[in-house]
Amino acid sequence: MTWEWLIKIVQNNWPSFLRGAWATLYISIIGTILGSLIGLLIGTIRTIPMPDRGLKRIVLKISNVILSMYVEFFRGTPMIVQAMVIFYGSAMAFGIDMDRTIAAIFIVSINTGAYTAEIVRGGIISIDKGQFEAAHAIGMNHTKTMLHVVLPQVLRNILPPMGNEFVINIKDTSVLNVIAVSELFFTTKSVAGNNYRYFEAFFVASILYLIMTLTVTRILRFIERRLDGPENYNIIPGNQMQVERPEDLLHKDKSNTKTGI
Amino acid sequence: MENVIEIRHLRKSFGTNEILKDIDFNVRKGEVVCIIGASGSGKSTLLRCINLLEKPSGGEIIYNGENILDDKHDIFAYRTKLGMVFQQFNLFNNHDVLSNCMVGQIKVLKRSKEQAKEVAMKYLTVVGMDQYINAKPKQLSGGQKQRVAIARALSMEPDVLLFDEPTSALDPEMVGEVLAVMKELAQSGLTMLVVTHEMGFASEVADRVVFMDKGVIAEEGSPEQIFNHPTQERTKEFLKRVLR
Repeated sequence: MTWEWLIKIVQNNWPSFLRGAWATLYISIIGTILGSLIGLLIGTIRTIPMPDRGLKRIVLKISNVILSMYVEFFRGTPMIVQAMVIFYGSAMAFGIDMDRTIAAIFIVSINTGAYTAEIVRGGIISIDKGQFEAAHAIGMNHTKTMLHVVLPQVLRNILPPMGNEFVINIKDTSVLNVIAVSELFFTTKSVAGNNYRYFEAFFVASILYLIMTLTVTRILRFIERRLDGPENYNIIPGNQMQVERPEDLLHKDKSNTKTGI
Repeated sequence: MENVIEIRHLRKSFGTNEILKDIDFNVRKGEVVCIIGASGSGKSTLLRCINLLEKPSGGEIIYNGENILDDKHDIFAYRTKLGMVFQQFNLFNNHDVLSNCMVGQIKVLKRSKEQAKEVAMKYLTVVGMDQYINAKPKQLSGGQKQRVAIARALSMEPDVLLFDEPTSALDPEMVGEVLAVMKELAQSGLTMLVVTHEMGFASEVADRVVFMDKGVIAEEGSPEQIFNHPTQERTKEFLKRVLR
């Protein structure tokens, strides 16, 4: 009976499932965080306004070409292929025997970086031009404008697509089983192989994946609400020092004439 | 009176489209200058060229005896001396009212937090927005936003305040509160350069009115001169259209 097998598999193998789920989770968490930092950096560099001339222009041109090559390459090839190329390629070309977990985090990071670079760039472009102008008008240079005005708004706006990336990463770490990283898919495969019960084992895995993605989505929604701040604000009661407002002056004029009469 | 800003032979074109043609124009200390003219006459572009939000194609802008269009001139330091109030307010959406008025002081002028807060509160009180320091821009009405924007510009304690059609994006009922603040500032002796469609404001508050047409200054003079005795045919025509 399928139901009995399900219970039996969970009873006998829950430590492996949990270990696999944990590996999946931390590879995707660290990968998403590192990837986001890479993306933030690249997205910001790619939106630096091009100077008219000078050395800075040349440096910026060259770095833009390199960065767009990076983005195009990692967006344009499947992660499963990148994993093979990087893991076996580095072993072959440089004789480096990479730790599998580190290789996994590396691959997820640079892959996420390529996607988030575009998310960040889009986020920066979509900020109203008036925000830049107002910052420039009070004497901020490009760096200050980005740090104190634009990027805080960008970070809030890109949180939903970044959460999307995170969820995708939780699921897509499963392809890393091709380089024998012991994440959830890999451990499930060995559990299933031991019992020849593929449906039951992968059913358990699917539940675990779902729990992880749903939790992450909820946490991100919570962070979004926190960042938005309170919907209401408090009016600070006026004090004696307060200089009269133009509309107060009008009221006062009226009341004065009344008492005058 | 001494000139704060002198503009000589200023030109600006977008591609082959020449927006400003050889503008010569001074702003004197303590003076309120209103720039009027039809849409597309170049008045906003002139204002945006003055604080270099648009790069002039030619000419000179002289501030404190120096041409700030020189390559080596520090345009960021220059911009802190010019306050700008925009048509669309452009308050920083990620900052609350108080912080909007403080961030420039702290990050650009390097004032201490306490000092910045004191200055910000002073000017927020002037515009009557001191009760709203905790509000975010999206929670304010248009008129309130524009008053905060004025306080933000004032907090930098600039030599000149530039207004780019400050009431054009406001509902009619809110125009009054913003104009009242501007009038108060004008009377306090602040140097102001105002691009406006509010002819009533210009005739009442301005020391000098500049009429622009097709990228040139067609006529300038006292409000009395421009509104009651215009000499140029195109000034008369424009006034006939807007005043009716």
